[in-house]
Amino acid sequence: MAVEAITTYTTPPPPRRHRFLEDERWLAFMLLVPTVVLLGLFIAYPFVRGIQLSVTNARVGVPGDFVGFANYYKIWNDSIFRTAVYNTFLYTAVTTVFKLGLGLWLAILLNRDFRAKAFTRAFILLPFIIPTVLSTFAWRWMFDPTFSVINWTLYHLGVITGRINWLGDPDLAMISIIVVNIWRGVPFFAISLLAGLQTISPELNEAAAIDGAKPWHRFWHITWPLLLPVTMVVVLFSVIQTLADFQIVYVMTGGGPANATHLFATYAYQIGVGTGLLSEGAAISLAMFPVLLLIVVVQLLYIRRVETR
Amino acid sequence: MIEGAKWRKWVFFYLPMAFFLLFLLFPFYWMIITSFRPDGELYRPWNSVNYNPFWTTKPTLEHVKYLFEETLFSAWLWNTTFIALVSTAISLICGVFAGYALSRLNFPFAGGLGTGIFITYLVPQTLLFIPLAEIIRNYNLGDTPWSLILTYPTFLIPFCTWLMMGYFKAVPKELEECARIDGASRWQAMLYIIIPVAIPGILSAGIFAFTLSWNEFIYALVFLSSPAQKTVPVGVTSELIRGDVFFWGPLMAGALLGSIPVAVVYSFFVEHYVSGLTGSVKG
Repeated sequence: MAVEAITTYTTPPPPRRHRFLEDERWLAFMLLVPTVVLLGLFIAYPFVRGIQLSVTNARVGVPGDFVGFANYYKIWNDSIFRTAVYNTFLYTAVTTVFKLGLGLWLAILLNRDFRAKAFTRAFILLPFIIPTVLSTFAWRWMFDPTFSVINWTLYHLGVITGRINWLGDPDLAMISIIVVNIWRGVPFFAISLLAGLQTISPELNEAAAIDGAKPWHRFWHITWPLLLPVTMVVVLFSVIQTLADFQIVYVMTGGGPANATHLFATYAYQIGVGTGLLSEGAAISLAMFPVLLLIVVVQLLYIRRVETR
Repeated sequence: MIEGAKWRKWVFFYLPMAFFLLFLLFPFYWMIITSFRPDGELYRPWNSVNYNPFWTTKPTLEHVKYLFEETLFSAWLWNTTFIALVSTAISLICGVFAGYALSRLNFPFAGGLGTGIFITYLVPQTLLFIPLAEIIRNYNLGDTPWSLILTYPTFLIPFCTWLMMGYFKAVPKELEECARIDGASRWQAMLYIIIPVAIPGILSAGIFAFTLSWNEFIYALVFLSSPAQKTVPVGVTSELIRGDVFFWGPLMAGALLGSIPVAVVYSFFVEHYVSGLTGSVKG
């Protein structure tokens, strides 16, 4: 009996094909091959190809010839491109400030104990998980010039007497897009910052309260510094996503009225796909790259500084 | 938590919370009510008399019927599900393997590769869609689901890898060593000891990846052209708007029905989704 038990529990020697996987370096290599191949084929190669495209005059179906920096020179002097650059920075700056402010406020509210807390938290994330294009259509319908429910509400509250043409006026259209982006981003900020808040020991705040620190001081001198690392990463992700945003503008205004609300991505789409000028479109979207690189480098340096501290 | 009189609790807690809930959830209410409202009620100017936009007395299923009978909506639903499931599976396999290698094995260039994958995590789809469209055409993948199944992993794998590295790092080394002393090979120890311990992480990464691929828009918009191949977000955008005319009833019904699968998956795995989200931020 005993002998039998021992033999059944002894693991058979590993099959031959596992032998070379015993070498840590070979195993790592085999495990990383699929990832490296996919990322190489569909990120690294398109990136190189994009740079190549942007220095030619290729169109759809026409390979094109080398033209140097002509495309970059052309977009530099293009007033719509300049508006798009201005819009992108404005859009990113304004929405990030609001998303951070409102998200932090909501996170602090959610960090309290109240009934239906888990339920509320689950519902609050909806704008972030529902496909953006689909929810943006709801907003477009709410901002409709003739049937706007927002106009209806404002009218019945006595705020306005005539209709507001939300998406027909360049400034109002920009504001509308900004509102939708804030709406979509606040849940992400709130839930991530809430996770950060929950790692802060309540005893710190209690001790400070006993020492007589007012709520605002407790927030500014205890909560905020401890939350800063999480905040930085959340802001990094959000800034990159917002700079490269496409869906909200595409659905809300399509870059209009009169090309007044384009961002990098929507203008690149209009030129590269809409009119088929592949090379110029590639140049426009690649113009985003230096900005993205700068943000990532600053962020990596910051994370390293925090880690080594 | 809030000291003092009852009114303070109202001003500092209930009112702001109500404001947030209204702001964040109203568009969904509006989507639902529009989906079930007859056209006659829908297209009434905002300033017409005796008009209550927030409720309907004559709910109808005509928009949903239109969607399934007059458009290819069911095909779009199937395409989106298929693409999201397959690309999530590919990304999970790649992400789990890569995460394991980067967090638990010693090999040359590990640090460089880790940084490289982190950087691709930050590459937005809108940076590369034009050259990628050309590459997809050259590989003869244009207008097939494979154009998306192969490209979605580019933004899902970095995320999955990053998340799985966090989970694998938390598993004690001793667990693996015990298995190796008992005669398991490295491969077996990984497959039967370490990966099962990290199942919650795999589930989080999977849920998150699934919602991300269900959400994706620009690749699907650029790579697919025939109506029968489209995904829900692209189909709704391109087939329910004719010129300047928006079919708001079917549009909102499509938006609602296209959101339900994600919402259902999310509602079953809220905790996993949230830990995926926050894990992706903290790393």
